[in-house]
Amino acid sequence: MTQSIVVQVGQCGNQIGFRFWDLALREHSSLNKTGLYDDAVSSFFRNVDTRYSDPADIPVGHGLGKIKDLKARAVLIDMEEGVVNEIMKGPLRGVFDYKQLITDVSGAGNNWAIGHKMYGAKYKEEISETIRRAAELCDCLQCFFVIHSMGGGTGSGLGSFVLNLLHEEYPDIYRFVMAVYPSHEDDVITSPYNSVLAMRQLTDNADCVLPVENQCENIHGKTQIFGEMQALVDIVNKINQANPKLAERKSSRGHVKAGSAISTGDGGIVKGKDEKPFDSMNNIAANVLLNMTSSARFEGSLNVDLNEITMNLVPFPKMHYLVTSQTPLYSVSDVHIPPRRLDQMFSDAFSKDHQLIKADPKHSLYLACALMVRGKVEVSDIRRNIERLQSSLKFIHWNRDGWKTGLCNVAPVGQPYSLLTIANNTCVHHTFSGLRDRFVKLYKRKAHIHHYTHVDNMEIEDFSESLESLTSVIKEYETLEKQINNPAPSLPRLQVI
Amino acid sequence: MSVVTLQMGQCGNQVGGQFFNMIARDTFDQSLAKCNVPRQTNQQFIDDVCERFFSQEEGSLKARAVMVDMEPKVIAMTTTEAKRSGLFQYNNKQQFCQKCGSGNNWAHGFLVHGSKCSQQVMDLIQKEAEKCDRLEGFFTLMSLAGGTGSGLGAYITQCVRDEFPHSFIMNQVTWPFYTGEVIVQNYNAVLTLSHLYQSSDAILIVENDQEQKICSQLLNIKKISFSDINEVIGHKLASFLQPAKSNNLTSNHLGEMLEHLVPHPEYKLLTMKTIPFMSENNIQYSAYQWPGLVKHLTQMLIANASMEEGIDWGVKLSSTGLAYNKSMANSLFLRGLDVNTVDVSSFKDGRLYPSWLPSEACLASWTNQRTFNKYEKSASLVSNSQTPLISLNHVIDKAWSMFTSRAYVHQYIKHGLAEEDFLDSFACLEQVIKNYKDL
Repeated sequence: MTQSIVVQVGQCGNQIGFRFWDLALREHSSLNKTGLYDDAVSSFFRNVDTRYSDPADIPVGHGLGKIKDLKARAVLIDMEEGVVNEIMKGPLRGVFDYKQLITDVSGAGNNWAIGHKMYGAKYKEEISETIRRAAELCDCLQCFFVIHSMGGGTGSGLGSFVLNLLHEEYPDIYRFVMAVYPSHEDDVITSPYNSVLAMRQLTDNADCVLPVENQCENIHGKTQIFGEMQALVDIVNKINQANPKLAERKSSRGHVKAGSAISTGDGGIVKGKDEKPFDSMNNIAANVLLNMTSSARFEGSLNVDLNEITMNLVPFPKMHYLVTSQTPLYSVSDVHIPPRRLDQMFSDAFSKDHQLIKADPKHSLYLACALMVRGKVEVSDIRRNIERLQSSLKFIHWNRDGWKTGLCNVAPVGQPYSLLTIANNTCVHHTFSGLRDRFVKLYKRKAHIHHYTHVDNMEIEDFSESLESLTSVIKEYETLEKQINNPAPSLPRLQVI
Repeated sequence: MSVVTLQMGQCGNQVGGQFFNMIARDTFDQSLAKCNVPRQTNQQFIDDVCERFFSQEEGSLKARAVMVDMEPKVIAMTTTEAKRSGLFQYNNKQQFCQKCGSGNNWAHGFLVHGSKCSQQVMDLIQKEAEKCDRLEGFFTLMSLAGGTGSGLGAYITQCVRDEFPHSFIMNQVTWPFYTGEVIVQNYNAVLTLSHLYQSSDAILIVENDQEQKICSQLLNIKKISFSDINEVIGHKLASFLQPAKSNNLTSNHLGEMLEHLVPHPEYKLLTMKTIPFMSENNIQYSAYQWPGLVKHLTQMLIANASMEEGIDWGVKLSSTGLAYNKSMANSLFLRGLDVNTVDVSSFKDGRLYPSWLPSEACLASWTNQRTFNKYEKSASLVSNSQTPLISLNHVIDKAWSMFTSRAYVHQYIKHGLAEEDFLDSFACLEQVIKNYKDL
């Protein structure tokens, strides 16, 4: 069994990370009734004996040892203390070791250069040490999950610095990045700069990037939530519409089964009243990570490990931006209504309302698609649905049957089955083009550039190079998308004389 | 004479589990009344099966198998299921696993894991082989789509060939579903097949699509799981690997069978057809007669049908009209009542075989009075024919079109494979296709 380490950087990264750990504990506690420390739990948690001042690590062994105390395999980095302090004061403080935290006081001021160049240089040793310590405690480390936002200073700057570091020091370990992209009307004016500068690092150093989109919007006159995720906002609204009581967090006797919505944290350690307004959105992103790793942790008839995801979904080295969607959003509790049909779950996964970025994959070209199914679903159901959906989706000509399926026997908490689709689709270039346009608007006027160039080691060439990198990625996707209706002619096969 | 089974990767181990389960159930769990043979003959049969597939160790019956996988979950599951059946067990010491999988990457399985693990795996195989009084050969179970089964499987087959040059090696390969189990399955299949062609004696092809059809249409299973499919595969494998005798009373050892089925080293692809297949409830209501079974089986061979429903009866053995399926060699396995009365002359028809082979020699039939798996009469045909051509062509087409766009190639190159290796594999398989087409 392999282990993974989660590195959460910046305010956004730490908030999503915090939800991730809460949900992971919830999942393991509901499945692991006997309290034994087995391989599945060890993929994200360490078992420690806290009687020693430096908590001693207890290995899995035969998988029959009881859980004494769990510590998350995580590294928390933030350049201002607010978020991390809150985590360490809250109910999950026991899960994190103070040695896994790296904080500073003043923050990065929404400036990628300060995050990357200044704090990067300042904390390089410490970050490297902390990660090395976490890695040594792993039997067989398989991948790093890096969670950060693209629009801010710490998340994008220091986050991309950490990614570089991981690439240098651990070239064989996979690096999955969950990046939160800013919206059109983001409050942070320099977010396009930060995003594009960080994107270049992602293109060069990450194995896989799961973009999640962030769009600020005033929703129905309710409280304006700062820096929220539009796509996720829409999804949460859909769930809330199905049961209005859910929004007020009262016990739902109505349609939606309590605790089944993917946006809920019910059953986790954090109790209802402590939940923050944007926790629902973060829960969805956290669930993506959980579902993606479920097949590697639990048994199933068709296991999909994390290295298989990178292998199958990344046909060309730079095109590793994957669109994700999750269904079902909730399960119905009324026993008289038949459960949402399995086939409906598959159809929903491809509708644009369920994607975690604002994109419409159905109208773009699929390069590859992975279906990670959990729960009581059989291979014949999957095959049937693939056949049904094949005609409505456009796949590139050399990968017409480009499906990767994974079947995990263990269902997620609160639902009998679920589906996570991870797809490499050319629709991402729309998101990136929008980003590039906003960047160019500012860059043409050289607005705010002086804040960046003030920082040591930051050159003006970094801007132009990052823009070039982004443009080339967009172009690659666009070239492939052009083949949507006229595929390139293929070479004839080898002839035997 | 004993056969050592090598279960490679998730698919190999799952199929292997079902295969041994089927043999154990049929041999040890069958009431004497249903077997159609006297007690003494039955006991002889049981002894033969034990000798062939199991060894008596530490008081329990252990399968002669080596289990290899890059991650531990599947081996653990298979071992537990075997123990639960109570009929046989897997030897815990004959298992090899690592922590990290091969990531569906053939190059990773072949080059990276191959060189790292080959010594230990070969040690286990050596140990298992030494336990046998007389070693017939090796039976490897693997898939084509994944990374471990296909890549590491191909590497180990090569090692086994080097280590045991006089033993027979038969590889059972599972062909993935046409549409997507794994996106790079076509690459993995092309690379594996071309390498196996060098080191293996025979490649037995089993297609997931066809087995699933059998499950849904003949066995009436509504929600088909992989273990249902694997049960069907296990049934087919057991139906011809269990002991049987030919007309001149030679036993169907691996060597005897392969010598007949693979007369020429360029023609190594084998396929299996078994009839009848019915759900448990229907067995008591059915009455099959040998002429009917033989007729269906012949037509299945000629028309390339994989099961007894939906056979195209329009295809006939004539040079005009629809093209029919030509064979190099056929082996027929008949089990059950009245096997000695069966007329198999339809399989000796010269038109089935190329003109440069004497048609009399092309058919080998093996019989056993003992019934198989609750079927009163059952027939199994293992043939070396043009059947796999359609799927093979399809896979090469897809792999080639991906290769011309160089998609995913960087993932293989990362682990040490070169573009020349791809081209070599393509060339090898194109040659195979041409050979079969020209039959």
